[in-house]
Amino acid sequence: MEIKAMKEARTLLTAFDYEPAPLERGYTDRSLHIRLGENRVEAREVPALVREKFIGGKGYGLKMLWDAVKPSTRWNDPENAIIVAGGPICGITQYPGSGKSLVCTISPMTDMPIDSNVGGYFGPYLKFSGYDALEISGKSEKDVVIFIDGNSGRVTIEEAPLEAVDGHVVAEQLTQMYAEDEEDKKNISVICAGTAAEHANIGLLNFSFYDLRRETARLKQAGRGGIGRVFRDKKIKAVVIRFRGTKGNLNKPADQSRINKAGIKLHRQIHDLDDAQCRMRQIGTANIIEVMDAYDLLPTHNYQYGSHPDTHKIASTVFIEKYTTQGMPDGCWYGCSLSCAKTADHFKLKTGPYKGHKVTIDGPEYENAAGLGSNCGIFDPEIILEANFYCDTYGVDTISFGTITAFAMECYERGIIDKSHTGGLELTFGNAMAQLELLHQMSRGEGFGYHIGLGVRHLKQYFAEEFGADRAFLEDIGMEQKGLEVSEYLPKESLAQQGGYGLTNKGPQHDEAWLIFMDMVNNQIPTFEDKAEALHYFPMFRTWFGLMGLCKLPWNDTTPADNGMTDEPAKIPEHVQNYVDLYNGVTGSSIDKHELIRQSERVYNFQRVFNIRMGKGLRVHDAMPYRSMGPVTTEEYLSRQERYDQQMKELIGVDPTGKSVQEKIAIVRAYRLDQYEKLTDAVYKRRGWTAEGVPTAAYLREIGMDLPEVLEVVTPLQG
Amino acid sequence: MKILQKIEERCIACSACEMACSNAYFKVKDREKSAIRITEHGQDKRIHVCNQCGYCIDICPVLAIRRDAQGVVRIDKKKCVGCLMCVGFCDAAVMMQHDEFQEPFKCVACGICAGVCPAEALYIDKDAAQVPLEKVTFFK
Repeated sequence: MEIKAMKEARTLLTAFDYEPAPLERGYTDRSLHIRLGENRVEAREVPALVREKFIGGKGYGLKMLWDAVKPSTRWNDPENAIIVAGGPICGITQYPGSGKSLVCTISPMTDMPIDSNVGGYFGPYLKFSGYDALEISGKSEKDVVIFIDGNSGRVTIEEAPLEAVDGHVVAEQLTQMYAEDEEDKKNISVICAGTAAEHANIGLLNFSFYDLRRETARLKQAGRGGIGRVFRDKKIKAVVIRFRGTKGNLNKPADQSRINKAGIKLHRQIHDLDDAQCRMRQIGTANIIEVMDAYDLLPTHNYQYGSHPDTHKIASTVFIEKYTTQGMPDGCWYGCSLSCAKTADHFKLKTGPYKGHKVTIDGPEYENAAGLGSNCGIFDPEIILEANFYCDTYGVDTISFGTITAFAMECYERGIIDKSHTGGLELTFGNAMAQLELLHQMSRGEGFGYHIGLGVRHLKQYFAEEFGADRAFLEDIGMEQKGLEVSEYLPKESLAQQGGYGLTNKGPQHDEAWLIFMDMVNNQIPTFEDKAEALHYFPMFRTWFGLMGLCKLPWNDTTPADNGMTDEPAKIPEHVQNYVDLYNGVTGSSIDKHELIRQSERVYNFQRVFNIRMGKGLRVHDAMPYRSMGPVTTEEYLSRQERYDQQMKELIGVDPTGKSVQEKIAIVRAYRLDQYEKLTDAVYKRRGWTAEGVPTAAYLREIGMDLPEVLEVVTPLQG
Repeated sequence: MKILQKIEERCIACSACEMACSNAYFKVKDREKSAIRITEHGQDKRIHVCNQCGYCIDICPVLAIRRDAQGVVRIDKKKCVGCLMCVGFCDAAVMMQHDEFQEPFKCVACGICAGVCPAEALYIDKDAAQVPLEKVTFFK
């Protein structure tokens, strides 16, 4: 790691000096635009109308992306842009989860906009440096590092041939390079991808922050949708920001007192109750591994099953006892006392280019344990951690990788593909070494791993065309929709979660609607009407976090003691009020909880129309693979025979006696597909959309998203 | 280590300590700006003040809290980012916060309050053992 040599090998392409605009009440009203290739850097004012309609975060990202692209734009066209934005609340330090950035681009997976949220320190530092959003378009000929010095007001683009590409290495190199001393390292944040992101459409972005206690750069991820692939396609090696002088009031809030009260109250709540609730400070999101297994919701063997006798080997207690450190605040942005980001320290790698190295692994998140673990039939915690590590440093989405590998494994188990197709890899469920080898191949851009990196949709086509596989069966078991892989919750028995995955803007992820707990564990949305209403309210409510630069976990992974007595416990009303207070406290507005939803409705519907503009976004695209809704195979039916037979009697009104398993599968299938259609009808209606899923002009006018360019797209489709 | 010790039975809730503390550090006589706080529960007077247990040291994300040479737990206000986690996580709610200040403040065992207490309810102990403070639970 010769920093001096790296610096000497740099060639300056552009330097842009600016006067950082003042940050007032959550906004600088400036955006930074970088055009690679031309090496042009520009600062622009954010128009008042944009701020009013789009608020910030993914709102700004989607608006800037709309303006940058045409309907024919593909992800690897130069005009595709990557936009990073925080939001008005982003950067306060008093309330847990206030440092998120939102990243938007046209996704290589879905051919339409993706937005992804990520922790780390970049979003807050970008605001403190004078910008509400950063847009990077164009393409560079050679690998560049973009550097923003937020104190002196300078942006540089430099050719950077010698720096590493893999996330954990380059983040460390650049933190060291740009920090003036050890103290200064916490003032640096690096955006980078990894070597796999050069080949895999599931490539992600890492956003770093420096951990003062561990004395290492750590990585958070903007995981879904392949933004890392776009990043590397533009030949960006890293974007680095440096800002010294973080304080809790840099947003110059209108009412600091209101923010302080909310923050202290939530810190105290987490202090008093987290140990008995979700144990986020202890083990983070991995706390639900054993819960999901107990409720038969843990995706197992490519979503065939919901539990496994070996899950105890990867339970949260195992990770706490053996691998993750305790007693240290694990951080993410300052003030997050929920502190869910765990690390496994001094972990010795067994495979790959960093074999034998002792590394710091950010994880495991629940999704990693489920996707890399149970979904692939792997129950070795050390393998999960190693796969987690390599996904992060190579720049690979663990969710997509887990789901794609699980799909390939099922195909292998069923003889649809064999060793001659996989280059000798025995892709049976549980073959951990094969899973890791796929990752290493993806990093090198070769072998079967290369195909894995292109996604389930690609594999379905590839297996059918190249190996004569039964396309219809692959469509049933391939867990992707809109081109994006389903995330790691088993939706098979939850109509609400089927809708939560299917009736989405960007694909089957759990940013927009995570209803499975509410439905299957807490039984809070029992009726059809409850589900339809939930599929309006929660995507709108959750979208708001993406406008603000907030993390959703402090909203529902810690609960006030008296929440159960409120009128709508699923919404956690006290926390909704906290967020209203934060917004008004920062911006000086006086919104209420209804206007909060209205802000989201505008951006959510804009995104839907954007999807339509890109040739997607209609009802036909909201259909889900049948594996997500019910038993595809005999084994699946028999694994829950009692439940399915009973439902057949009670819900469908058909007597299962004497019927073959195949007949029963067909009956359940017809029923469940019909249920999903009815749900779709009800949800579209509630959302103000036509039966084809197009926002109506009347509704767009009602919510104030009737911009001319939006109406132009929907008017011919009003049907 | 050096801490401010209290004898609660002697306290007469005259507020002299609160006035002296806030005056010394913030130039005003305002109990909201005092690192020592007196509360009354019927006949009982309670003295709320940091005993340097140090639990907050590991809570701070920027390593702004550390012990000095005498074992007193101190906040480096230049490093502090005002996240208020130490305020929220202090088991006895004696890490103090006021909206006029970005950074929390706390007792640094200076002894000024002990010097003005008419009931001799406070004194500086230079060789105290480290003990956890009585826990206050806000939410059950």
